[in-house]
Amino acid sequence: MGAGLVVARELIKFYGHGEGLVRAVDGVDLDVAQGETVAVMGPSGCGKSTLLHLLGGLDRPSSREVWLAGQRIDELSERELARLRRTGVGFVFQGFHLMDELTAVENVELPALLAGRSPRAARNRATKLLEQVGLADRAAHLPSALSGGQRQRVAIGRALVNEPVVVLADEPTGNLDSTATLDVLRLFKQLRAAGQTIVVVTHDERVAATADRLISMRDGAFVDQTRLTGGTGRLGDLAGLEG
Amino acid sequence: MRQEVLLALLAKEPCRGWELRARLNDALGSLGEEMNDGQVYVTLGRLERAGLVWAELESERRDRAERKVYALTAAGQARVGEWLREVSWPKPDVAEFHLKLVAAGAARLADPVAIIDAQRRELLRRLRDAQEAAMEEPVGSRPALLLEGIVLRLQADLRWLEACETAWTPPRQIRNKR
Repeated sequence: MGAGLVVARELIKFYGHGEGLVRAVDGVDLDVAQGETVAVMGPSGCGKSTLLHLLGGLDRPSSREVWLAGQRIDELSERELARLRRTGVGFVFQGFHLMDELTAVENVELPALLAGRSPRAARNRATKLLEQVGLADRAAHLPSALSGGQRQRVAIGRALVNEPVVVLADEPTGNLDSTATLDVLRLFKQLRAAGQTIVVVTHDERVAATADRLISMRDGAFVDQTRLTGGTGRLGDLAGLEG
Repeated sequence: MRQEVLLALLAKEPCRGWELRARLNDALGSLGEEMNDGQVYVTLGRLERAGLVWAELESERRDRAERKVYALTAAGQARVGEWLREVSWPKPDVAEFHLKLVAAGAARLADPVAIIDAQRRELLRRLRDAQEAAMEEPVGSRPALLLEGIVLRLQADLRWLEACETAWTPPRQIRNKR
């Protein structure tokens, strides 16, 4: 079904009914290619977070299909969905969602342990990922001892621990200052270079600008799609260095 | 770029043209590469003729610009002082774009929303350039700070375009037609 790694067909998610019916996602078709970074932008309440939840099996659509790596996931049993969420998808949230009582390395390795990896293999993988996100020296720190940007990098490490088919990020820079935002974008760039597929919903233009493709969403539907390949080569002009 | 910038960079101590160029590069990072060396020397020549800078030849090889050591004259010092005290800020082209939308909408010459979309795509490409450059600069460096300024201005422009889009978008059923 479809050529994409992540595919949605006529996807619909309604909440409530009658007068209170909310058309959160209202007929979305999406194909995300292997290795592609897609950003979905739109005002709050446009349905972008709901869409992300549907793509990652956190929520079930009201109708039609979601496919992940050739597998239709909207019809999976709860058990199968739970396994998919652990291993097929890596989630990154605005509020980090780290376990406060676990250290950085323990947070990263947790999904690997839940997926049945040996403690030793899980720890090795988690240690390597913390190195990759530039936090090797913070492995034994609790989240409360880390800055917001560092917490988000731990959360990205955790999202990657089971080598997911796709990373789904919901406002990953929403709580970060500009330096930490740049750190996260650098990390996404690394992931992209390594062929990781990423879908990110955001209203941060900085995140959107670094994607391969930008989708604008309004009232549960896509209203505009833009490929963002190629730069302008006019940075000097922007800085006021020319003329 | 105004010639006062080069003048002010000379204020620290007299230096050769290439040293001035290096000071620029330290402050600008990769953006500095977009300025050519000729521009620096041409400006120095102008400043010299205007009496704001004097140049001393270091050796007998009078033909080579690199042998010149440039320093501020008293008039140059005074100009730098004026420039530092001056409160100027480039004017953004907000009114022109605003009137473009108004004119297009009134005469039905073009769809204002399509104009906004095209503008947004262009600004996003610029933002992408600025982000890419920012990622290459060391955290906390002067060039990183300059690029943050560019990024923040583009973000502000993009937010305004979003407000424009909301205001110019016809009622939902028209745009949402698929």
